[in-house]
Amino acid sequence: MEEVRKSDAAWRGRLQSLLTPSRIAIGLASIPLLALLLRFALEGFGANPIEDVTHVTGEWGLRCVLLSLAVTPARRFFGWRWAAPLRRTLGLVGFAYASLHLATWALLDLGLDGAAIIEDLTERPYVMAGMASFTILFALAITSTRSAMKRLGKRWNALHRLVYLAAILAVVHHFWLTKADLAAPLFHATWLAVLLAARLVWRFRNPLKS
Amino acid sequence: MKIPSIPSSEITEEAVFMNRRELLRAGTTALVGTALAGCPAADEADAAPEAGAGDAALRTLENVRPAPARFRVDEELTSFSDATTYNNFYEFGTGKRDPARNAHSLRPAPWSVVVDGEVGKPGRIGVEDLIEPAQLEERIYRFRCVEAWSMVIPWVGIPLGDVLKRFEPTSNARYVSFETLVDPEQMPGQRRRVIDWPYREGLRMDEAMHPLSILAVGLYGRVLPNQNGAPIRLVVPWKYGFKSIKSIVRITLSKGQPNTSWNDLAPDEYGFYANVNPAVDHPRWSQARERRLGEFRKRPTLPFNGYGEQVASLYAGMDLERNF
Repeated sequence: MEEVRKSDAAWRGRLQSLLTPSRIAIGLASIPLLALLLRFALEGFGANPIEDVTHVTGEWGLRCVLLSLAVTPARRFFGWRWAAPLRRTLGLVGFAYASLHLATWALLDLGLDGAAIIEDLTERPYVMAGMASFTILFALAITSTRSAMKRLGKRWNALHRLVYLAAILAVVHHFWLTKADLAAPLFHATWLAVLLAARLVWRFRNPLKS
Repeated sequence: MKIPSIPSSEITEEAVFMNRRELLRAGTTALVGTALAGCPAADEADAAPEAGAGDAALRTLENVRPAPARFRVDEELTSFSDATTYNNFYEFGTGKRDPARNAHSLRPAPWSVVVDGEVGKPGRIGVEDLIEPAQLEERIYRFRCVEAWSMVIPWVGIPLGDVLKRFEPTSNARYVSFETLVDPEQMPGQRRRVIDWPYREGLRMDEAMHPLSILAVGLYGRVLPNQNGAPIRLVVPWKYGFKSIKSIVRITLSKGQPNTSWNDLAPDEYGFYANVNPAVDHPRWSQARERRLGEFRKRPTLPFNGYGEQVASLYAGMDLERNF
């Protein structure tokens, strides 16, 4: 009996160290993409799979970034200290989705046609906004390591505040490509506005902390 | 309040009513069969090409004349399932898969169409009298959406011009406009005002009388599925898809150019003419190429969607950059 209980506890411990908030977050955030792949496997590709992949990766890229921005307010307002590592994790998952989104556009949608890519990048404001957002996320992703943080010192904070700009640009990208039904971009814009407001409220109340 | 008396002959038997509910829930439009007089009842339910369970009940249209060569594009047909599950029909939701999911609530029979305005013989007419089954013919057309995807669809219908002539257009009739049904009960997407319902579209009279313009009641030899615009829709193959208005309840002939939905919504993005034109980009995206559904690589878009030889003369002398 004693032996069994010990190994139970060991297993529980192992499980707990395995199921960190970050790992759970990565698992949950992958569901939309896995669900799409499952649909492809079960029902076939459907009429326009490239569009489906583009939409799912774009939408969830933005949502992961918005969730990442919600971590700090959640810590401050609800005292969720365990959530702290999720800011980085969700930001990186958002970047992963954004990378898939960009790759889908360049590779699958435009077939790596250089002229078409350049035309899109120079003539279509919604593509420019999306690309600018991705560029920021890329810079943040490659400086998301501990060593980069140390190397950049104070500048790291300034740089990573650009994540708000990346989110704004992504929402604008969504607005500019929508034909008539603004429900989805408005939903994301509201979400972002609430997060920005929360940040301002915090600053106002705690002028000494950044 | 006075309760109107209803003759018992007009009350639907419960069994019939329940049966209809079931049919509708299954996503069928089988009842249109009774609307198109002179056709036998549905019994070929198992012959639907690549159809889902709901679509299998779609009635086959009999005695359809095959498409004449000049009205038949010699390109691979889009699959029936793609053509009936990937649709823009905001009356049932703004997602591409929404119409196939939600259009079961539409009741395409009985259905009547009002024809009014600059005509000698205005009136309301049942769709079965508007489209005589003996006249049905097939048309295999390219269909190019303003969103840069395309299909090839075998429609079943009759020339719009033949229908309009029967109402004796007056000499003032220079335009024709169309309206889709408004009924949020049947069209749940209309509970949100994404568009100022009803959906409206219009053509110049010479465009409407062109033999390529048809009123369609079917596709792939079968009755139109609800999500494709049952029971009657317009098909104008040289224009962007949004011109081909669905589930029509009103046709009005007029002297002045009518208002049209997308043009009202964003006049700098969607013109009244909306002729397919690879040389004039949408302000936000390119129209030079398109993705044919089922194909991986995009293909070049053709001027007038490949119908230039037949329709370019309608626009002789017009600046197509300005009249996009």
